[in-house]
Order: sequence, then C-alpha cells, then structure tokens
Amino acid sequence: MAAVFQAFGTAAVLLPANDSRVRLLGSFPGRKANVFEVRSEKKIVSDATRVSGRGQHLITNAVATKADAAAASTGSKSGHELLLFEALREGLEEEMERDPCVCVMGEDVGHYGGSYKVTKDLAKKFGDLRVLDTPIAENSFTGMGIGAAMTGLRPIVEGMNMGFLLLAFNQISNNCGMLHYTSGGQFKIPIVIRGPGGVGRQLGAEHSQRLESYFQSIPGIQMVACSTPYNAKGLMKAAIRSENPVILFEHVLLYNLKERIPDEEYICSLEEAEMVRPGEHVTILTYSRMRYHVMQAAKTLVNKGYDPEVIDIRSLKPFDLHTIGNSVKKTHRVLIVEECMRTGGIGASLTAAITENFHDYLDAPIVCLSSQDVPTPYAGTLEEWTVVQPAQIVTAVEQLCQ
Amino acid sequence: MALIPRSSAAAALLRPLSSAAATASGIRHVTTDTTPITIETSVPFTAHNCEPPPRSVTTTTAELLTFFRDMSLMRRMEIAADSLYKSKLIRGFCHLYDGQEAVAVGMEAAITKSDCIITAYRDHCTFLGRGGTLLEVFAELMGRQAGCSKGKGGSMHFYRKEAGFYGGHGIVGAQVPLGCGLAFAQKYSKDETVTFALYGDGAANQGQLFEALNISALWDLPAILVCENNHYGMGTAEWRAAKSPAYYKRGDYVPGLKVDGMDVLAVKQACKFAKEHALKNGPLILEMDTYRYHGHSMSDPGSTYRTRDEISGVRQERDPIERVRKLLLSLDVANEKELKDIEKEVRKEVDEAIAQAKESPMPEPSELFSNIYVKGLGAEAFGVDRKEVRVTLP
Repeated sequence: MAAVFQAFGTAAVLLPANDSRVRLLGSFPGRKANVFEVRSEKKIVSDATRVSGRGQHLITNAVATKADAAAASTGSKSGHELLLFEALREGLEEEMERDPCVCVMGEDVGHYGGSYKVTKDLAKKFGDLRVLDTPIAENSFTGMGIGAAMTGLRPIVEGMNMGFLLLAFNQISNNCGMLHYTSGGQFKIPIVIRGPGGVGRQLGAEHSQRLESYFQSIPGIQMVACSTPYNAKGLMKAAIRSENPVILFEHVLLYNLKERIPDEEYICSLEEAEMVRPGEHVTILTYSRMRYHVMQAAKTLVNKGYDPEVIDIRSLKPFDLHTIGNSVKKTHRVLIVEECMRTGGIGASLTAAITENFHDYLDAPIVCLSSQDVPTPYAGTLEEWTVVQPAQIVTAVEQLCQ
Repeated sequence: MALIPRSSAAAALLRPLSSAAATASGIRHVTTDTTPITIETSVPFTAHNCEPPPRSVTTTTAELLTFFRDMSLMRRMEIAADSLYKSKLIRGFCHLYDGQEAVAVGMEAAITKSDCIITAYRDHCTFLGRGGTLLEVFAELMGRQAGCSKGKGGSMHFYRKEAGFYGGHGIVGAQVPLGCGLAFAQKYSKDETVTFALYGDGAANQGQLFEALNISALWDLPAILVCENNHYGMGTAEWRAAKSPAYYKRGDYVPGLKVDGMDVLAVKQACKFAKEHALKNGPLILEMDTYRYHGHSMSDPGSTYRTRDEISGVRQERDPIERVRKLLLSLDVANEKELKDIEKEVRKEVDEAIAQAKESPMPEPSELFSNIYVKGLGAEAFGVDRKEVRVTLP
C-alpha cells in the first residue's frame, strides 16, 4: 500500500506554487499539493489545496471558481516552511506574547518541552508560572484550569494524549461546558483543551482513542480539529482568543506534516469548514487525518473520471452547515469519512444534521465510513483494517455515484 | 462519632479591654460600639504541622450583633426554604445549611470580597454571606427570572462574580480543583488574596482533592481547603466512610487546623489565621466541626441514620445562634426582647422577599438557548420542533 499516505517517516512535502503553475517532481512518492490563499466572503483566509496526479491527469480548473487569483499566491511565496507541531507552537507563542493572561498547563509541557514538542522552549521564554508542569492528575489540573479561566485567565490545558482527558470528563462536561449557563452568564470559561488523539502507529487501544464522539454532546463547548499546519496555527490562535471553551483535536500522526504558511498573522474561523477541493459529483466530508486518506482516494477517483468535492469540516461542534449545505445543494450526494467509531460518532451526528436540513437536496442516502466499533488492536494489519482506507473511499464513491 | 460536648453555662470568658465595663443601657447605644473586646473560643484549636492561633478572639459588640442578625437571617431563610419545598414551589434538590451558619458568617468576618469562596451544593447561606440578596435566593430556588442565575441554575448553582463567590457545584469534590485554580489565578495576578475552597466530610475522600492539594502545595498557591465536617455524608456517618476522620491531618505535608465550627468567633479566628498563612506559606486545611439539623437534602428525613436525641442535643448545646445570643445577653449588649425583635424583623424580611420572588416571572422560552456560548456564535441551538428550518441557503 505504498500509495497510501501513511509514510510519515518521509514527510510529505507541500510545495509552493508560482501563480497557477504546478511544479511536478517525479521523485517524491507522496502527494504534492499547491497552497493558495483564497478570500471567502467573510474575509476569513482559508486555503484550497489542489491535488495533482503524478504527471498524467492534471485538473486545471479545480480552484478557479473562488479565486482572487491575483492576490492569491503572494503569501505562499514569502511565507516560511514548518512542521505542524511547529505551527502549533508558533500560534501558541504569538498568543502568549500578545496576552499575558495566556498560560499553558499540562504534563511535561515545561522543562521537557512537551511530549510532541509543541511547547518546546516556551518555559525558558515565559517562565514556570506561564508554562506549568503538572503532576499526573488530569482531573484536578483540568479543574484548576477551569477555575483559573473563571477569573479571567486564559489557560491552555494539554492532555498528553486525548485519551487521558477521560479522567477529566467530569470537569470538562459539568464545569467547563455548563458554568456559563448555570451562572446565568456571569462566568466565561475561555479555556482551550488540546491534545493529540486518533489512531496512531500501533499505540494500542487505550492510546488510540477518538474522544470527539464522547465530547460532542456536551453543551457549551466548541470542538475543532486541525489537519494542516496552516489551519493548526490558525485554529490555535482562534481558540485561545475565543471566549468559549474550545477543545482542539490534534492527531498523533499529523505532527510532522510540512507546509509553507504565511509570515503575516492570520486566524482561522472556529466555525468554518474548509473547502479542500471543489467538485461536482459528490461531497466528501472529512476531518483530521482522514482528510489525507480522502485526498489520496480523490487522486484515484479523478483518474477514474469522478469529480469529488472534498470539505474538511474542521469545526466538529457546531457543524458548518452553511458550507456543507451549499455543497449538498450542488452535488446531491454525500459521503462522510471519519476516524470516529460508527456508533455515536461525529459522522452519525453529521448524517442526522444533513438529513434533517437538506433531505430534499439528496439524491442518495448519506454514506458514512467510520472506523470499526472495536478497541484498536496492536497488530499492524488489524490496526489498518480498523481505520478507513483510501480504497474503501473509492469504492464508496463509485457506489454512491451510480 | 466524637461530638465535642459543650456545657452552655461556661461558654465565654469575658475580658473586656477597656476599664469601663462594655455594658450599655439600650441597644441603640451598643450597636455603634466598636471598642474591641476579647472573647475566648469554646475550645482551643487543634493543629497539625503548624502553631495554632490563640484562643482569644478580638471582636466588638457591634460585630457580635451583626453575627446574630446574619445568622438569624440565614436560619430563617433556610427554614422558609423548607416550607417552600414542601409546598412544591421549590423542586429538585434543596440542601439546607441550618446549623452550619457560623461557618459562613465567621468566614466572611475574616476576609474581603476580593478573596474567593467556592463551595459545593449547600450554598444558600454562603451566597447570602457574600452579598447576595434574599430575593435572588428565593427567586433562583423557585426558578424565576429574578434569581441570581436567572432561574437556570437552581439550588446548587448560586454564583456571584462581583463578590468573589464562585458557586455552587453539584458534583461532590469537583469544586476543589476549581478552587485551587482560583488560587492559581490569584497568585498569577499577584493579588494578595486567597481562595477558600469548601467541601464536606463526604467529599474529603475524593481523589481529586488530594491531587489538587498536591499541586497547590507544590506551586505554593494561596488556597485554603475547608472541610465542613457535619459528620455525615448523606446517610453515611464519617466513621463508616473514612479510615481516618481527622480531616485536618489528611493533608499530611500540608498543615491543618481543627476548629469548632459552631463557634462563629473560632471560625473567624481560624480564617484570619488561614489567610495570613496561605499568603506566606501556601495551602492549609481547616476542618470545621459543625452539624446540620436537616437531613442531607429535602428528600432525606435525616433521622434514619441518626437519632432525634442527637439532633436535639446538638441544638441545645452547640447551636451557633444560641451561643451568640447568650454572649450578647451576658455582655448586656441587648436584652431578650430586643433580640426577639431582631428575629421578628428578620422573619418579616424573609417573608417579604418570598412574596416578591413569587411575583417574579418564569424565564422566557428564548432563555433556554441563551448563555450556552458567549456571544451566541451564530450557531443556533436546536429546538424539539423539527419543522423549523435552521439553516437557510442562498
């Protein structure tokens, strides 16, 4: 399965583009993409990533519709390249410089530099009071973060692995989500809870959890999932500046993605979905790591003559039903690809939301591809079968578009 | 269980500082008297890993009178809540604080409104002590708009941000990490203020407490953990729930102090001591030995796990209001009639507040969806009526 985007050892390099030309490099086994900055109506900077095949079938009209093409590529030429965890750190650092109320607490975030290096060197720069090493006590330090947020501080609580935050579920659900409501609006909880989750590289069942399905019912919180260095930095900054509690889902396997991001400051909207690849035949909704599986499958689909529209929903709570709805209106077919488990996952909620709102626009039932409802096994082959693979996505689209 | 026996007669030793006896003829003269007097607490403090504060408490007759009034108000409010609950105007859970008033009042006397208090669900009187009004209390209990949380919180969710009262929490023990977070924020902003995080003897067995205590001691946070030990975790007596019911010692490396929680002056002294200690040396545990007359909540009769004799025994020997009453009488600050007048006044105030609260309307239906997010977000929450279109496309 060499074509499958799982070879993170050789980091997939996203190349900058000169205007609308595409540079092809035959030597890279991974995918290549061009990054454009496109201005949406809401003046939020979002990006559109275009996938080009390995030299054979080039789709030239993919992003033309939305472009202020002239203004598009200035950012990408003069930006700087970095990895996703560095982008998160950059966003974090900028916000900590900007606002002295921002502090980070988590296990090994300070002197150790963060288990995924997201907070590397921040303790040296900002001191021990702003980058706090906590003991292994998720329940209480999440509670402390919420208590501090009630007074006006803006803490960022890092779970070393999202799965550990299950120990803090009570604090997140009852205190973080509900205090603004039960106090009649007196207290705001501007906290950010972040951490890596998702199925990794044979990490075992307990360290491969996808908590977005458990947290999605909690009223009062926002959930976002980042997938590229660009939106990781943007969402991190937006989450810190937001007055609501935000849970930022990162993915263990995406930390080493490399991309060129702008030098100037930018923020991504927390409630907007990202149009990854506009198309006509089918809407594929995805988020986090599955975006890359989808884009991999999209290459194959394009070669077979399909034109999928890929949307990275980014905002897991609340859903950006506007972008999604407009897409459904255009294509009339929906495929959801997610890493959550089928039962009670994000895809299940999304299916319900789309059916309720846009039933009349659908030509076929919504297909939802999710992970199997099993604890993630350790064995490599079994783990592969737990998660949705590009081949399955291709099959699903073919069936959907009959 | 070891309840500290008290003989009422030898309650207070009086040592007035001024040579002229601090007696006065009429009550009007005495309420403005702020000459300091010293009164001894009922029992000495027991300390763990620290030097206990002295037994002699400095106070004034004016302050004693306010103690009496405040505690009577709280007592009357709780009794009124009892009857409102029985007439089904208050629903759900209602945890009453009568018997424990000295803790709320004594604590307030020792601190300022910039210090923070956070407690669990037995919060009506603490809220009142922090400056809440009776109207806000009763309206919130009855779920009306005039309530302190706009009727959306209920009995267990009273908050008062401007007075540093952070609630009001339903899950046992979850407020203690929050309280340590408040202390962290105070240290972060270098406020020179402290946080009192209150919890009960039942919550003292929660793991998150020890986690939070460890972090507070490690980071030197000005957090004071106050165990309101009323000896029962709902229906389970403390000796059946805790291997070591010496809650003030459970901090191990964190110093602790055991206080007679039915003696408002002892509470005041202890809280003052705690505040000074926390600002210099980090966290401290206070154990308030107190008692609740009502059951755990209105759904608990309170008599299946303890005898009525025990309850009436404590009421006779250790009642906080009675203690202050006897003090006022023996200091000749007021006579029986004047104190009864205060109680009548308080009763009237409570009745008026209830009448006013009853007139407050129920919240508007749109309030169901307000305050979920700050600034609304543009995301519309769903109603049950699915016929409404929530997303309009161009």
